[in-house]
Amino acid sequence: MNMPDQHIHAAFDRDLERVQALIMKMAGLVEAAIVDSAKALTERDEELAARVREADALIDALEEEVNEAAAMVLALRSPTAGDLRTVLSVIKLSANLERCGDYAKNIAKRTTVLVQMAPIEGAALAIRRMAREVELMMKDALDAYTHRDVGLAQDVRMRDADVDQMYNALFREFLTHMMEDPRNITACMHLHFIAKNIERMGDHVTSIADQAIYLVTGEMPEDNRPKGDRTSYVATGEDDG
Amino acid sequence: MTKEIKIEARAVQVFYGSTHAIKDVDVDIEDKTVTAFIGPSGCGKSTFLRCLNRMNDTIDVARVEGSIKLDSEDIYDPKVDPVQLRAKVGMVFQKPNPFPKSIYDNVAYGPRIHGLSRNKAELDQIVEKALRGAALWDEVKDRLDTPGTGLSGGQQQRLCIARAVATEPEVLLMDEPCSALDPIATGQVEDLIDELKANYSVVIVTHSMQQAARVSQRTAFFHLGNLVEFGDTGQIFTNPKDPRTESYITGRIG
Repeated sequence: MNMPDQHIHAAFDRDLERVQALIMKMAGLVEAAIVDSAKALTERDEELAARVREADALIDALEEEVNEAAAMVLALRSPTAGDLRTVLSVIKLSANLERCGDYAKNIAKRTTVLVQMAPIEGAALAIRRMAREVELMMKDALDAYTHRDVGLAQDVRMRDADVDQMYNALFREFLTHMMEDPRNITACMHLHFIAKNIERMGDHVTSIADQAIYLVTGEMPEDNRPKGDRTSYVATGEDDG
Repeated sequence: MTKEIKIEARAVQVFYGSTHAIKDVDVDIEDKTVTAFIGPSGCGKSTFLRCLNRMNDTIDVARVEGSIKLDSEDIYDPKVDPVQLRAKVGMVFQKPNPFPKSIYDNVAYGPRIHGLSRNKAELDQIVEKALRGAALWDEVKDRLDTPGTGLSGGQQQRLCIARAVATEPEVLLMDEPCSALDPIATGQVEDLIDELKANYSVVIVTHSMQQAARVSQRTAFFHLGNLVEFGDTGQIFTNPKDPRTESYITGRIG
C-alpha cells in the first residue's frame, strides 16, 4: 500500500516543503563554495577566494532560517514518524552543510595567503582532485536524500575512504616537502590545513548520507565502513608506516 | 525487561449482527503499563476495549468469539460473573457520569455493593484512599456530602476515576477519558494515569495521538477492525512498520 503524499492539513505539507526547499537552497550554495574555493586555489584567483568568503554569510543565514523553520514545524505540527525524521534530518543536514561552508571559507582565506608565495609543485591540482571527489560525494548524498535512495547513500559512505586515502597521500607529500626545504613550511602548513578541511568535509558528507538512510529506514546505519585516515599514527621517521 | 501479561486476547472476533467489527485480534496487555488504542472512528478500538470487561454483553446483537484471558482465566467462561469481573476491570467513560448522589456516595457505591467494608470507618478509609488515588481528595475533602454533579468537568472525571479505583480493580479501561475536558483538567487526568500505572494495568482509547504518545508505553493501532500494529509507543511514533500506521499518525488521508 502506498502512503498518500498529502496531509489532511495542507498547511502542514507547505511547511514541510518549505523546510526542504530551504535546505536544498543551502546545499546548492555549499556545493558552489566547495567548487569555487578549490578553483580559486588552483588558479590563484584572489577575487574568487574573496567571493567565497563573502558568500559564507549567506550560508550561515540560511542555516538559521532552516533551523527556525524546523523548530516551527516541531512546535506547531508535532510531526511523527516519517515527518519527524524529515525535520530531524534537516536540522542535522543544516549543521553539516554549515560546517562544510566554513571549511570552504577557510580554504579561501588560506588561498589569499598562498597566492603571495611560490607554489608547491602539484599540490594545488591534487587538492582540487580531492575537492572534486568530495563535491561529487556531496551531490550524490543530496540526491540520495531527496530521492530516498538508500543504495546511493551507502555508496557515498564507502567512498569517504578514498578521500581519506587522498588526504593521507597529501599529508606525506607535504611532510616530505617540509623536510626537504624549511622555506616550504609556511605554504605546506596552509596546504595541509586545506587538505584536512576537505577531508573533514568528506566526513560531513558521510553524515548527510547517514541521514538519508535514517530518513528512509528510521535507523542509523551501522558504523562498519572502512576508515582511511591513518595520519594520526604517523611519526616523522623515514621508515614510518 | 518483559512485564507480566495481564490480559491475553487471542483470535478475538466481534460481530454486531452481520457487521464484522473486530477481525481476529491478538493482543497481550502488560501489567502496570499504560496501553493506548488509537485509530480512526469506527476502527473497532472502543469495541475491543468493551470486550475486556464484557460490556458488549449488554448489546443483544453483539457476538464475541475467540478467547480473552485475565490472569490466565477466560473472562467469557460461563462461570464468570460479569459484575465481579467489572469490579476487577474498572471503566471510565468519555463523558464524566457521576451518579446523582453525594461525592462520598459516588465513591462508596462500588465498595458497598461488593461488600468491601465492614463498618463506616472502613468505608471512610476506602473513600479517602480512592479520592487520594484520583488526586481529588484535597479539593473535595471538606464537602464530601455535596452532589458529585456540582463539581467541575475535570473534577467530575477524576471522581469517576476515584469511583472506578474504589473497588481496587486490577485493570482500568478508559474510553476517551479526556475528550470533554479542558487542557488543564486533561493534564491532571493524564498525570493521574501515569501514577495509576504503578498499581494497575491501564488501557486507554483516545482520538488524540498526542495523548497516546504522552501517557502510554504501548500503542495499538486499529484500522477497519484489524489490529494493524502494536508496539512500544516510542517506536510507533518515530518509526512505525506498517504504512497504514504511518499514514494515520502523520495525519495523511488513509
